[in-house]
Amino acid sequence: MNDQNDFNLNNDNDVVVSVRIRVARNLAGFPFTGRASDSQRQEVLQMVTHAPLGAEFPDGLAWVNMIQASAQERQLLVERHLVSKHFAQSTLPRALGLGHSEQLGVMVNEEDHLRIQSILPGFRLNEAFDLARSFDQALEETIDFAFHQRWGYLTACPTNVGCGIRLGTMLHLPALRYSGEIERVKRAAKDLHLAVRGYYGEGTDAIGNFYQVSNQVTLGATEEELLQHFRDEVIPKLIDYERTARQMLLEKNRPLIEDKVYRARATLKVARLLGAEEATKLLSTLRFGISSGLLHNLSIETVEQLLLQVQPAHLAQMDPFAAEEEKGRLSRAILVRRALGDYAEGNPEI
Amino acid sequence: MVHEVVIKNGNKMELHLCAEHAAAKGYILPTVPVTQILKQFVATGKSLKAQKAAARCCEACGLTFAEFRQTGRFGCAACYDAFMPSVAAIIERAQSGAVSHRGRTPKRIEGQADRAAVRRQLIKEIEAAVAAEQYERAASLQGRLHQLGGTKNPPTEPTA
Repeated sequence: MNDQNDFNLNNDNDVVVSVRIRVARNLAGFPFTGRASDSQRQEVLQMVTHAPLGAEFPDGLAWVNMIQASAQERQLLVERHLVSKHFAQSTLPRALGLGHSEQLGVMVNEEDHLRIQSILPGFRLNEAFDLARSFDQALEETIDFAFHQRWGYLTACPTNVGCGIRLGTMLHLPALRYSGEIERVKRAAKDLHLAVRGYYGEGTDAIGNFYQVSNQVTLGATEEELLQHFRDEVIPKLIDYERTARQMLLEKNRPLIEDKVYRARATLKVARLLGAEEATKLLSTLRFGISSGLLHNLSIETVEQLLLQVQPAHLAQMDPFAAEEEKGRLSRAILVRRALGDYAEGNPEI
Repeated sequence: MVHEVVIKNGNKMELHLCAEHAAAKGYILPTVPVTQILKQFVATGKSLKAQKAAARCCEACGLTFAEFRQTGRFGCAACYDAFMPSVAAIIERAQSGAVSHRGRTPKRIEGQADRAAVRRQLIKEIEAAVAAEQYERAASLQGRLHQLGGTKNPPTEPTA
């Protein structure tokens, strides 16, 4: 295994793709988004987008008016996991605030008035937690949030009440999927009051064996207790399951795994047409190959970047012609071959 | 159909009438079987209760409990009090038995909140839990009550 991979393993990013903290808040004195009038929703938007954020956020946030954003731009935000599909498709007055190099986001007029979120690559839960909390507190200096002595921070859905905080990780669990143990893990996760969702959250598939795992209990514990339990007990257990499954697969069925990984690399290197889902699945297998020590001279970071770039809206952003499906497949294949070092201008044979 | 046996002066007389002739003779016939009537009665009783619950309404935003049941979403902050005690049961079920918030409190209300109402509500729920022999839940509620600085049965001053 090379140094790059050692570095990766030390950071748990063989299994953990990213972490996300989401905090739900509602402004006191306003009905929740679903029950508010359009003028009240506008008022909420005005209050939040104009709220001073203090010294910790000197540059403020960049605001995206979702009503004015094109379908492609909204899809791009979904692909980056910066907004929920529901938020992208809604027709209500709403906006997305972005800061800290996209590590911090706030959806205004989602199901709750505010959905603050911080997303960081790797298993950096503490940093993500601190970032989301600082922003929450900065807003609270000037905005009163709906709060109840018994139930804590109030949310439209009673399942988010209390701390209103969801701690989430995007996990790459190919070995648990290949070995068929993922269903057992999902059941165990349910018993631990965890939600296991697909690549783009609720109601989506785990394309490429990427799973979003988050806590479901938000009441009866402090924010720090929730964080500690999730960071030190829940996620390490899932990481261990996946690593053990990888080891077992390699010990018992190495040729099968090698075949999967090398075929994926070969396909990506020679394909002339690639669909988004196919590319995601093949890149996921490459990621597995790298973290299992089967592939060298390729980093997880390169694969992660490609995983984002092959998504339809990202591709269309780089190549406007790629918005058309067939041209997109062509453009996607070229992008991947280039990144994997097997594309030479003027020599399409390679 | 009506079947009647009349014994008059030691003579037995059987009467068999079809529905039409029975009605003409003044017999009052049940049009619906009694079992069905009873079922209807039970169902009406239930639906009246359900209707009453569903018609409960949050005065602040106008959301009815039926609407909440349909969407799973509250309309505003006041709904949390408007729909008690159903809210407590729903939240506790969703939050694996947790009965109250232990996390951060906004600065603006720290130390100045009126906790008396919460204490009263908790005491009521502890009593209900004990009555229902839900001792674990009662203990959990009691814990929260202690945190709020109250006890259900404050110890009396020791007598000299």
